[in-house]
Amino acid sequence: MIDRRPFVQKILKNRKDNLRVVSGIGTSTWDIMSAGDNKGNFGFIGAMGQSIPFALGLAKSQPDLRILLFTGDGDTLMSLGSMATVANHPVNNLTIVVLDNESYVETGSQPTATAGKSDLELIAKGSGISNSYTVTNENDYEKIMNTIYVEEGPSLIVVKCQAKATPLVFPYSFDGSVSINRFMSSIKS
Amino acid sequence: MTGINKDWRNDIYAVFKDLNITMVSHVPDAGHTPLINLCEKDNEIDVVTLTTEQDGVGLSCGAYAGGRKSALLMQSSGVGNCINALALPNICRIPFLTIVSMRGEWGEFIPWQVPMGLGTPKVLEAMDIKVFRADYKDEVGSTVDAAARFAFNTNRSAAVLLSQKMIGAKQFKNG
Ligand SMILES: Cc1ncc(C[n+]2csc(CCOP(=O)(O)OP(=O)(O)O)c2C)c(N)n1
Ligand SMILES: [Mg+2]
Repeated sequence: MIDRRPFVQKILKNRKDNLRVVSGIGTSTWDIMSAGDNKGNFGFIGAMGQSIPFALGLAKSQPDLRILLFTGDGDTLMSLGSMATVANHPVNNLTIVVLDNESYVETGSQPTATAGKSDLELIAKGSGISNSYTVTNENDYEKIMNTIYVEEGPSLIVVKCQAKATPLVFPYSFDGSVSINRFMSSIKS
Repeated sequence: MTGINKDWRNDIYAVFKDLNITMVSHVPDAGHTPLINLCEKDNEIDVVTLTTEQDGVGLSCGAYAGGRKSALLMQSSGVGNCINALALPNICRIPFLTIVSMRGEWGEFIPWQVPMGLGTPKVLEAMDIKVFRADYKDEVGSTVDAAARFAFNTNRSAAVLLSQKMIGAKQFKNG
């Protein structure tokens, strides 16, 4: 089991200029913000289930950037069909990292379907995202970095992590229009 | 602005070309099929078939963040699938355009289409979406053009309801 906060920070340390990072509602947004403020981040704080389609639209419109989505198992489970859409309208620059703590930590750590019988790697594979794999310890860091920056996507990595609550780290703004305009300014320049 | 073509779907397509809308997502509805076919034939337009209409909201917003304009095509039942997702363009002030083929309102055969047919304008308005409506073929082009400009010029969400009166209500036959 991986301790997600330092792991996300490690992935985002010394990030390259061609990386843009999106996060789904829940702990993922606080995680990416904890790695330091960056105009190239856009964090969802609502619209649960929409982070995967958003990342797909972004990846499609910016083929020269590498798009990295961090999201939770709960957010992913809400829009499972989006995996099929990603698979069938492929983009080679998208990596989805599901921080799978097998629970809805943000709302009090109730177990999700992945605590039961469901397996997001298998669902991703069955949806047609063939480059899907699960990591359970930090030794796979290099492999993940290679997927994010080099491999042909779309890819989905299930990172099995501890279900512990971590301190909230707020984004630059809670106002979506401020966040998105700031993010878009990182793309124009 | 667009001329009036024989098939009003061509008028919608002409607006897409005029305003540089290069991504069109949908869960198919028969009323949209000729437009989907036109878009499929166009190499400059990416057509994305969704598994649920709500994903078209996120997709459209992500595409816009990356600098591309898009439109979501769906039937009125699909509007019900989108409600929470519509918070995204709303709170981010991302222009969002959807074109809705209406069912359950004019000579409808299938009773199951009626609840969302009746609910569609109310649900959209409840989510602060500016609702436009085209009842006649010769107003489709100008209405879609107006809705698209409203959305992209004012950074808000707009929906065009294409009335069933215009699309036509299929009468199903048993056997
Ligand atoms: C439609 C909707 N249902 C429920 C919620 C409440 N909610 C907010 S965050 C969250 C949990 C997210 O779980 P997950 O994606 O696994 O995130 P993590 O465990 O990392 O916090 C829930 C259920 C919501 N915001 N929207
Ligand atoms: Mg979780």
